[in-house]
Amino acid sequence: MSSEADQNHHPIGIYLKVWTLLFVLSIASYMVDYYDFQGLLRWTLIIAFMLLKAGFIMAVFMHLMWERMALIGTVLAPPLALLFLIGFMISEGYYVFDARVDYFGQPEAATRIHVSDVLGTKH
Amino acid sequence: MSATDIANPAGTSEFVKDWSSEKQTYHVPWGKAMMWLFLVSDTFIFTCFLVGYLNVRRTTTDPWPYPSEVFALELFGHNLPLILIAIMTFVLITSSGTMALAVRYAHFRDKQKIFWFMVITALFGATFVGMQVFEWSKLISEGVRPWANPFGAPQFGSIFFMVTGFHGVHVSIGVLYLLIVANKIRKGDYDKSGNYEIVEITGLYWHFVDLVWVFIFAFFYLW
Repeated sequence: MSSEADQNHHPIGIYLKVWTLLFVLSIASYMVDYYDFQGLLRWTLIIAFMLLKAGFIMAVFMHLMWERMALIGTVLAPPLALLFLIGFMISEGYYVFDARVDYFGQPEAATRIHVSDVLGTKH
Repeated sequence: MSATDIANPAGTSEFVKDWSSEKQTYHVPWGKAMMWLFLVSDTFIFTCFLVGYLNVRRTTTDPWPYPSEVFALELFGHNLPLILIAIMTFVLITSSGTMALAVRYAHFRDKQKIFWFMVITALFGATFVGMQVFEWSKLISEGVRPWANPFGAPQFGSIFFMVTGFHGVHVSIGVLYLLIVANKIRKGDYDKSGNYEIVEITGLYWHFVDLVWVFIFAFFYLW
């Protein structure tokens, strides 16, 4: 098959390039935490870097970009069902949280605890 | 078959052709198709874990800990946030790179290189598991338990041990899998058939373990 013939000719360069790219993207997502970006910017960057890394791993390292559409579809289509689960759980999550605040009288925004306050180390 | 069909195996016309006329659908070795189906099912398991985690984190009224503080380490006199996890990420990515090279040399049937790249991959994998053991010990000594957590919501403890534990089991099994296949290659079990597709199948599993870590890193450690 054509896909097998293609695979014999993958130059080593594409693996090294993707490898480097994964390193750079990981450093970038670590920097998001290091420089303590918050809010929408943080979530956008984290998800963007995550999807890029996942895409490169699947496309190149797992050879998906050289496979036939029948296999690509089998791998990528079923997980789309999980988007419904994610959607349901987001809406359910807000509802459960509000119910806990309303009926159990718990705080709307709990104060987060710093590790240094518990362990007594400098931070 | 027209010329464009051969040029574009990922095209939709090929997709229809593969699924029609009651014949073999996937033009890959059966072991590879089965590994892909297993990985799809594993995707569902890990997504359920991560969605469950985000749901629990959303619904708890207890404060969620700061992951970058919990996983900080004192290195060379500096307190670096999340540094252990960052190093673990680099170790796993490097192991994915060496695995990709092993798969590449499998196409050239270069036994020596396949063997050594698989062993190197396994060593990086073992390093990753070792660092995870260190991370677990550190958190346990600080009082984090599956049912309790001194830094806030007890759910943090449950999720941490379950998700990283399940992933760590995957890595450990992957290390064994790599070593077994590498040893078979060294012994020459595939010399007669000249069929090294097992390396690519093992590689798929290993890259998947790295793929899952990408999502755990983003949602559990950075979120």
